[in-house]
Amino acid sequence: MLQVSIYRYNPDTDAEPYMQEVEVDTGGKDLMVLDVLELLKGQDPTLAYRRSCREGVCGSDGMNMNGKNGLACIMPLSETVKGNKLVLRPLPGLPVIRDLVVDMSMFYAQYEKVQPYLQNDTPAPAIERLQSPEDREKLDGLYECILCACCSTSCPSFWWNPDRFIGPAGLLQSYRFLADSRDTATEERLARLDDPFSVFRCHGIQNCVNVCPKGLNPTKAIGHIRNMLLSRAT
Amino acid sequence: MVTAVTSMGRSGLYDWLMQRVTAVVLLAYTLCLGAFFVFNSDVTYLQWQELMSRTPMKIFSLLALISLGIHAWVGLWSVFTDYLTERLMGTKGNVMRLILQVLCGLVMFVYLIWGIQILWG
Ligand code: SF4
Ligand code: SF4
Ligand code: FES
Repeated sequence: MLQVSIYRYNPDTDAEPYMQEVEVDTGGKDLMVLDVLELLKGQDPTLAYRRSCREGVCGSDGMNMNGKNGLACIMPLSETVKGNKLVLRPLPGLPVIRDLVVDMSMFYAQYEKVQPYLQNDTPAPAIERLQSPEDREKLDGLYECILCACCSTSCPSFWWNPDRFIGPAGLLQSYRFLADSRDTATEERLARLDDPFSVFRCHGIQNCVNVCPKGLNPTKAIGHIRNMLLSRAT
Repeated sequence: MVTAVTSMGRSGLYDWLMQRVTAVVLLAYTLCLGAFFVFNSDVTYLQWQELMSRTPMKIFSLLALISLGIHAWVGLWSVFTDYLTERLMGTKGNVMRLILQVLCGLVMFVYLIWGIQILWG
């Protein structure tokens, strides 16, 4: 029997959050954490969490498993369970709506700030804007982000200033458009980032890199943005 | 764009660059003094005084002192704006942060003038 300790909070009935201790029969199989949650939900339908694709694509089941953020659907028990114990908490730093469901508004507000869409003020060509294979390659490691928020909610700078620091996920997307050869708004994008908070709250702790379930590297992208700001100003 | 009147240069890039440049100056100064102590393990007051009274050394010391001030300002400003904020503690956060930041500036000013007095006095 696997010992599971799970964060519970229902604002309608609970005065404050508490950890619920439950046992789950995994049948000796190396299940994914999401499978364990489904088993638990079978026993107690009031348990709330988000999930959709169950294969690491939609990014909806980001949570904190034994102290580390990740996607429950692609996290095998063998990789996270220590001493037969699994501790599940919501993503840190965001307001909890219920149980493992957090309010992502602040995360999305930062994402919106970087204007995550292609901007080009030149006349549109008849068919499509072309890009050389080399230029396209620059977007690898950037476009794959599924906005699960595992990175930003593991970043201390984002915990303290979620309203002013864009955070690793937003900055990765910011660089995704700064690096795009078809985007012509580079100057405006950079001008909006040159304050003491948006980019420069990153202290390079690399918590974000450590947790990204897609193996992306926001710290590196942030470094590129910093270099672009530096060459723009010198 | 998030602006802040209490940061060093109001631009994130400027603060960041200042932090790096002053760090290099402080490192160089520490290494120089470290080397001096390694080669003069039984340093006497006279040797020390002779070193510190040379003009290049005076300039270097002053530069290090100014760097320390800037470095501390930017660093502490970052710490204060992490933990003492309106979001975390309401208006009290802003008041406390401002008081601490002014205090910090005052201490640095005193050290600077005092340092100049020691070096050139
Ligand atoms: S960078 Fe990685 S951890 Fe961050 S939101 Fe994107 S996929 Fe999730
Ligand atoms: S490297 Fe920067 S963005 Fe990533 S966790 Fe650290 S401070 Fe946050
Ligand atoms: S359920 Fe879609 S990423 Fe886990």
